[in-house]
Amino acid sequence: MRFALPLAIFLALAVMLGLGLQRDPRALQTALLNQPAPAIARPLLEDPRQQFDQASLRGQVWLLNVWASWCAPCRQELPLLVEFSRRDQVPVYGLNYKDQPDKARALLRVAGNPYVASAVDADGRTGMDFGIQGVPETFVIDGQGRVRYRHLGPVTAEVWQQKLLPVVKAVQ
Amino acid sequence: MMLMAWAALALPARADAGLEQREAELAAKLRCVVCQNQTVAESQAPIAKDMRQEIRAQLAQGRSDADVVAFFEQRYGSFVRYTPPWRPTTWLLWCGPFVAVFAGLALLRRTLKQRQTGAAPLTTAERERADDWLRQPDEESRP
Amino acid sequence: MIAELGVFSMVLSLIVAFVLACLPLAGAQLGIRSWVALARPAAALHCLLSLLSIAILTWCFRAGDFSVLYVAANSHSELPMMYKLTAVWGGHEGSMLLWQVMLACWTLAVAWRSRALPPAFVARVLAVLGWISVGLLLFLLFLSNPFTRLVPAALEGKDLNPLLQDPGMVFHPPLLYMGYVGFAVPFAFALAALISGELGAAWARWSRSWTLAAWGFLTLGILLGSAWAYYVLGWGGWWFWDPVENASFMPWLLGTALLHSLIVTDQRGAFRSWSALLAICAFSLCLLGTFLVRSGVLTSVHAFAVDPGRGLFILCFIVAVVGTSLWLFAWRAAALGQGGGQFGMLSRETLLLVNNVLFSAAALAVLLGTLYPLALDVLSDEKISVGPPYFQAVFLPLVLPAVALMGVGAVARWKLGTWAEIWRRLRAALAWSAVCAVVLVLSNGRLGPRISPATLLGVTLGLWCVLSTLAHAWQRLAPAWREGQGWQRLARQPWGWWGMLMAHAGVGIFVLAVSLADGLESKRETSVAQGETVELAGYRFRFDSLAPAAGPNYDAQRAQFSVRHGNEQWLMYPEKRVFRAQTMGLSQAAIDSGWTRDVFVALGEPLDEAGSRWTVRLQIKPFMDWIWLGTLMMALGAGLSLMDTRFRVARQRLPQRAPKALQERLS
Repeated sequence: MRFALPLAIFLALAVMLGLGLQRDPRALQTALLNQPAPAIARPLLEDPRQQFDQASLRGQVWLLNVWASWCAPCRQELPLLVEFSRRDQVPVYGLNYKDQPDKARALLRVAGNPYVASAVDADGRTGMDFGIQGVPETFVIDGQGRVRYRHLGPVTAEVWQQKLLPVVKAVQ
Repeated sequence: MMLMAWAALALPARADAGLEQREAELAAKLRCVVCQNQTVAESQAPIAKDMRQEIRAQLAQGRSDADVVAFFEQRYGSFVRYTPPWRPTTWLLWCGPFVAVFAGLALLRRTLKQRQTGAAPLTTAERERADDWLRQPDEESRP
Repeated sequence: MIAELGVFSMVLSLIVAFVLACLPLAGAQLGIRSWVALARPAAALHCLLSLLSIAILTWCFRAGDFSVLYVAANSHSELPMMYKLTAVWGGHEGSMLLWQVMLACWTLAVAWRSRALPPAFVARVLAVLGWISVGLLLFLLFLSNPFTRLVPAALEGKDLNPLLQDPGMVFHPPLLYMGYVGFAVPFAFALAALISGELGAAWARWSRSWTLAAWGFLTLGILLGSAWAYYVLGWGGWWFWDPVENASFMPWLLGTALLHSLIVTDQRGAFRSWSALLAICAFSLCLLGTFLVRSGVLTSVHAFAVDPGRGLFILCFIVAVVGTSLWLFAWRAAALGQGGGQFGMLSRETLLLVNNVLFSAAALAVLLGTLYPLALDVLSDEKISVGPPYFQAVFLPLVLPAVALMGVGAVARWKLGTWAEIWRRLRAALAWSAVCAVVLVLSNGRLGPRISPATLLGVTLGLWCVLSTLAHAWQRLAPAWREGQGWQRLARQPWGWWGMLMAHAGVGIFVLAVSLADGLESKRETSVAQGETVELAGYRFRFDSLAPAAGPNYDAQRAQFSVRHGNEQWLMYPEKRVFRAQTMGLSQAAIDSGWTRDVFVALGEPLDEAGSRWTVRLQIKPFMDWIWLGTLMMALGAGLSLMDTRFRVARQRLPQRAPKALQERLS
């Protein structure tokens, strides 16, 4: 009977590998899941004299999109975000990551501005607080200010429909 | 402007050599989240540079090594620790191979002992058959 | 048109492989001689068709046929011809085809060299190999067809990944795959033995040459991979415990265990089922490695294009092959019987098996380290990462005792060894090792840089390996030498003995070199402006100049460094290359190799627009080249052992009637 042990171990391993196929190894599960979103005490892109007011966002579900003008995929997702956030009535706020405000504003003029407001993270510390691995990334934050989901990479129609929107609906 | 930024990033003032040593050690203990097979010390990714600066800043503020690691673990999860933590879920990882060695050696020892107690002796019927066969002429078994 | 011929030859190859897989197996089971005799010609035809398909793919690359998708994705009109040809295995589809072609070649080799073995057994072996080919060809034809057309055809290709445009690319994948695929042969032998159930330990002797050959190729393949990473990647490292590296290392570890357990099974007829299990597991790890690299379950700098769909197929293939073989093992291992009688605690058999336990545990350690993050993620959504610190902490304590026991195992007697005997044979080597260790400890820090206890241990261990191997050789030759018969004795030693000496000495040199290179290395990462000098460990590096340079398909910034050490002075030229077709930059390190040290200079990033100030990585690595030497010696040892005629089965006419006659006798 002990001769059957290798087979048993192998089958368990195979099941585990099969399940693993469905995962993306590069995508770190956000460590902030269900944790309060870090504070974004940063000036606004639109008006540097004002601060990003996170407290006023309590009570609504919103998306935080980390973006930069030097990031090509961000350019591509901007018009899509404009469209989807308007169609589905989901407010999107931006975190302009390690960018130059002039170039950032110029990009929004050209490609469209989906953001209700954008905070400027010049040195990247806020991005680090959010544990971002790269740009773009999108976070879903609920009414109590907790991070509920993080998407790595640009937002496409598929991502919006199948990943972000369900989470938004679920936490509303 | 760009030049100054580059200079600031590349050649920061090194006030204390002891801190530098600690910084290097800590950076080697943390994994770069972008170039995932390199340490923060080795990686050239922008995020790694930021992390190195952050380590420097925190050490300068007097934080302990454990605090700095916890800071990054809070943001990036346990993934960021280059050495896997010692937790109930990782006991198998750390102990598995050693348990396997001891089990293997124990099994080997037992098998050797079993062999030394010898095979069961032949029964009378078996012995007769063996004698019978040995007495037969050899032609058939020669190639 | 030509590409379609390629697909056609693959389809034909699949059909022949299917015939090879089914008929000889059934023929051996049912006793149909004509079906059994079909095995060899089918293997030959299958190999021919497979070679044809890869020849056609190579032609497509040579001609620059960008209407074939795979060629367009991996080649470029400006690519030098040598790299156009090696681009055949530069991507997933082509390298998978190479896998399959290598398997077909090994199948033919087995068919050709097994004329002295019982035809029914050979038929089973070839059939097993045929089944694996069938699986691979199905995968290729349906999910990874290298001949898929690109409509409309591309005007220009996307170029071969710049990292792969290196002479190492010519040899590393083929040699590695020869080793990987080669382990299918002992696997097939073990399965044939399990299927037939009537052969005790003979299959072990027959498998020994094949295992040696596969192991030798795998050693060379891994060596080339490491050397390539060292010379090309610009970080100065040569082993990163990267999942893909681990994927090739695990079969190597089990292959080493298999080599040694086959000795016991062959010479003593003992531990047959354990050898069979090892053979199955070694090849299973080869298949697992293929899965890990191509399915996207793990991140790696080496990983091919990620595709979970392909991953699923490969996983199903693995489950089919390994699952069937382990099921066969569960069912039939008992039928292999238990042979070999008894042997003592200190016998060579026991020591060989202790080697097995340690190497198997080491392979388990590497497997755990590679797959644990995935397992935790799947089971509990926890994300951890496992890196070199884990492997160094767990792997080394397992493998170093095995290396230490290497010398003891070689001198121990078969069946019954005694402490007294072993002490007598090894006391000189032990004494000299101890003396060296003491000298090193006492002079630590006084004659040169301080070395750590770990380095000390490594150096002593390496010395012990070499000395104990020499002691073993001395034991055998000394009596004859005293009588003046030395040379005759020397000439009469079988090649297998020389192979063992070479390989074991190689291990010792490897351990010694790694300890010195890692323990005594000096590293410095700093910034330097043109005209400035930096110093490291007694070497002075002056950044002389920076000039643009161009290669066949890249533009580069080429720096000149003049290096001075003592009385010597020479120039080094690290480069920063940008390949024109892809915008990826690559740092090409300048390495000055020497017998006692390697000097390593690599450019980092420019610190200003004009490029007059750069970050540089400097390293001095003592005895770095001895690492390659030690590994080469191991592979050479395998080669020498292959020449041993004792492994060759003599051409005997084994009576086909004998088994039946014996049955009647005994019933």
